[in-house]
Amino acid sequence: MKWVFFLEALLLACFVLLSQVTAKNSEDIRCKCICPPYREVEGQIYKQNVSLKDCNCLHVVDPMPVDGKDVEAYCLRCECKYEERSSGTIKFTIIMYLSILGLLLLYMVYLTLLEPMLKRRLFGHSQLIQSDDDVGDQQPFANAHNVLSRSHSRSNVLNKVEHAQQRWRRQVQEQRKSVFDRHVVLS
Amino acid sequence: MHWEFWTKKLDEEDLIENGVYEESNGTSRTAGMNGNGPSRLVDPLEDPLPGVGTYEDFNTIDWVREKSKDRDRHREITNKSRQSTVALLHSISDAFSGWLLMLLVGLMSGALAGGIDISAHWMTDVKGGLCLRGFWFNHEHCCWLSNETTFQERDRCPQWQSWAELITGKSEGPLAYIMNYLMYIFWALMFSFLAVILVRAFAPYACGSGIPEIKTILSGFIIRGYLGKWTLIIKTITLVLAVSSGLSLGKEGPLVHVACCCANILCHLFTKYRKNEAKRREVLSAAAAVGVSVAFGAPIGGVLFSLEEVSYYFPLKTLWRSFFAALVAAFTLRSINPFGNSRLVLFYVEFHTPWHLVELAPFILLGIFGGLWGALFIKANIAWCRLRKTTCLGHYPVIEVLVVAALTALLAYPNSYTRMSGSELISELFNDCSLLDSSQLCGYKQPANTSDTGVDNSLADRPAGPGLYTALWQLALALVFKMMITVITFGMKVPSGLFIPSMAVGAIAGRLLGVGMEQLAYYNHDSVIFKGWCSQGADCITPGLYAMVGAAACLGGVTRMTVSLVVIMFELTGGLEYIVPLMAATMTSKWVADAFGREGIYEAHIRLNGYPFLEPKEEFEHSSLAVDVMRPRRMDPALAVLTQEGMTVGEVESLVESTHFSGFPVVVSSESQRLVGFVLRRDLLISIDNARKRQDGIVSASQVVFTEHTPLLPPDAPPPLRLRCIMDLSPFTVTDHTPMDITVDIFRKLGLRQCLVTHNGRLLGIITKKDILKHMAQMANRDPDSILFN
Repeated sequence: MKWVFFLEALLLACFVLLSQVTAKNSEDIRCKCICPPYREVEGQIYKQNVSLKDCNCLHVVDPMPVDGKDVEAYCLRCECKYEERSSGTIKFTIIMYLSILGLLLLYMVYLTLLEPMLKRRLFGHSQLIQSDDDVGDQQPFANAHNVLSRSHSRSNVLNKVEHAQQRWRRQVQEQRKSVFDRHVVLS
Repeated sequence: MHWEFWTKKLDEEDLIENGVYEESNGTSRTAGMNGNGPSRLVDPLEDPLPGVGTYEDFNTIDWVREKSKDRDRHREITNKSRQSTVALLHSISDAFSGWLLMLLVGLMSGALAGGIDISAHWMTDVKGGLCLRGFWFNHEHCCWLSNETTFQERDRCPQWQSWAELITGKSEGPLAYIMNYLMYIFWALMFSFLAVILVRAFAPYACGSGIPEIKTILSGFIIRGYLGKWTLIIKTITLVLAVSSGLSLGKEGPLVHVACCCANILCHLFTKYRKNEAKRREVLSAAAAVGVSVAFGAPIGGVLFSLEEVSYYFPLKTLWRSFFAALVAAFTLRSINPFGNSRLVLFYVEFHTPWHLVELAPFILLGIFGGLWGALFIKANIAWCRLRKTTCLGHYPVIEVLVVAALTALLAYPNSYTRMSGSELISELFNDCSLLDSSQLCGYKQPANTSDTGVDNSLADRPAGPGLYTALWQLALALVFKMMITVITFGMKVPSGLFIPSMAVGAIAGRLLGVGMEQLAYYNHDSVIFKGWCSQGADCITPGLYAMVGAAACLGGVTRMTVSLVVIMFELTGGLEYIVPLMAATMTSKWVADAFGREGIYEAHIRLNGYPFLEPKEEFEHSSLAVDVMRPRRMDPALAVLTQEGMTVGEVESLVESTHFSGFPVVVSSESQRLVGFVLRRDLLISIDNARKRQDGIVSASQVVFTEHTPLLPPDAPPPLRLRCIMDLSPFTVTDHTPMDITVDIFRKLGLRQCLVTHNGRLLGIITKKDILKHMAQMANRDPDSILFN
């Protein structure tokens, strides 16, 4: 489980880095020139997708609002900047984020609403590890042996997953109690 | 009792999860264990009895033991490396594993931070409208290539439609305004609701800032699950939601938590760090540096932040590795390029206008404001959090978040400076106005003759126009609003940081003062203050610089950072010119704030939660002796000790069960009370339980033996249980007349959990970290029962 998570994270990092090296979309570069008000001409913003060597006032400001002799003075005031972005990265990130958010919400709905309903229908078929029955044993690890032997006798994947899920839910419940109810941690 | 039950339960599960009870080689291990004499565990490369040497939840680790375990392990590997090539390669890879781990931490944190930035920008803009070209573009990127943007309205383009346009078709008029307002409130409520229910359902530890808890974890405390994978996932997802919902919070503190979670998860790949809690905390210190580095784009500032604020022990080796990890993370973030202009942070400023010595007076004034704001904020926030903790306000976390989000959205929308996100506001305030800007804040009066403006488009020496006056009173309202709303927002049950809100408050105050100074200079060129350096037409006062200094002062007042704050700010600006104003303001703000209370916001939260954190910067001023603090006190029952031989398994078990101490001293005999060693409760219970199951003949009547050689027993007696290997043969002791300040120093410097007190060579009592904290609380007239954990 941890390996899978780590692999996923690494893949994400690699994908993101690789997406920079892939062929640049022509829409992803631009040269933006901001020209302030000059005499009677008011301020303007010019944008074109040209490469870095063409990113100056003469190539981008089109049509030129002043005549021949004022062009130089006008262009001196204009500030041109070359900018790049990666729309592929943005698209990938947003879609990934929304899908993870959607999955989490679905899982939450399943845990709170659907699972109790399903459990009520299938009650008695699977042996659940009851969390509230084991009140403090004298020997702290007495229960561990029972738990272990039970899961060893029916060691198929589904039961292991269910066991792990039950344990995780109990941990979350304890965390919730200490943070939200008793306000002991993270008040 | 409920606590103990719970911690026992969690430990069981952990042991089972890690596949501890391996049937096959159990017997050989126990045989080896009982055969060896010295206190050092059998073979540092192999595990002794699994479970021994681990810690319970909400307990403190034993730094000395962990460090010596690591040194033993290192020595074994080095010794073995001389024997074969495989062992040599193993030793090289062991040495290299630290650097590989730092590389991975940097990559993962940088990638996550880039994803968080991109998503947060997009979701913040979703409150305003949608992009028709592709819904994944935020407002700025939607209009990126459009030629319909004008000089006055730089963000208007037909591809971006506000909700009013999408729903009603109109973009102007009262109906459109009300529609936009309602949709803004709707999205704010929706995002904050999703954030809080996700936190509540999956990872309750993901709420809050995270820095107080990480400080405590780095000082040796254990909070299981705080740096786990579910906490990481939920914190990442809900941080974006919380920031986008318009609440007055930032994402720097939570990014530190995210980076530490990444580091903790990646530590499981390397044995060296997985099994040793002290080494793991070195990696976590580096991860805290990575968190700040990706938040601000300031690697050096991040390392200094980790050194100054978060870490407890920071060896030089960690310094170099933290820097490496922070650089890797900054590089990863840069290559993801979240802002489209190769900058790491949204408010990277580039002005280099000089400042004058006379301006130190307003800078110090800003420092005083920052200090006052910091002290006030801490008091107000702690009072509010205490209210949340003790009264019924804390029983309705979801409703609280919804109410605060609704209030924030309702009051923030009308004012354009509170409607925009915190980083955008700061970036606009830091901006130095030039002729190229058309925002309201740069609404100066145009001079009559446009041809005598400077070539570099600087906006020098202008009177304020109507646009600027509007901006000023809007900013003043925004200042009051932000000051009040941040007090109730920080500490809610969603991930929340407070760097950005504090900096926003300071930046607004600084900008107001800067514009005030600028106008004062314009109208009084001949007065004695401005005569020498600020003549007519000169660009002498930069309000953007005042905003920066104000931001640093307020942040310093709240967190009490000094060096790291100055370094972060000058890494943000890229120039060394402004170091002196920043330092002046930061130091003034720290002194003023310290006059009201010595603690920063994070230490105040640690004290509110009752974590066992021994503050490394405080000094112990009282003249008490060790005998005043130790337990048992005069009226208490005698110290619970184990004798080195003569006790049976049943007696030991009943002694352990009848008390709740976490460790027991072992003495030669109950008459002499001469100290042999110290044994931990957890190790004792695990060993006895394991021996009952695995070893032949161990029953309640078996003798427990801590000596090296078994005593002679009658032939029909059951075999003895030898437990010398779990005993610590070198516990730290002080005499009863040792002054407490030396004792506290020993605890701090060595990271002890407990220390035994002897009198004339005989064992008298024990001092634990909790006793010291309670004593200090009593001396400061605070409630000693507020120290909750052990």
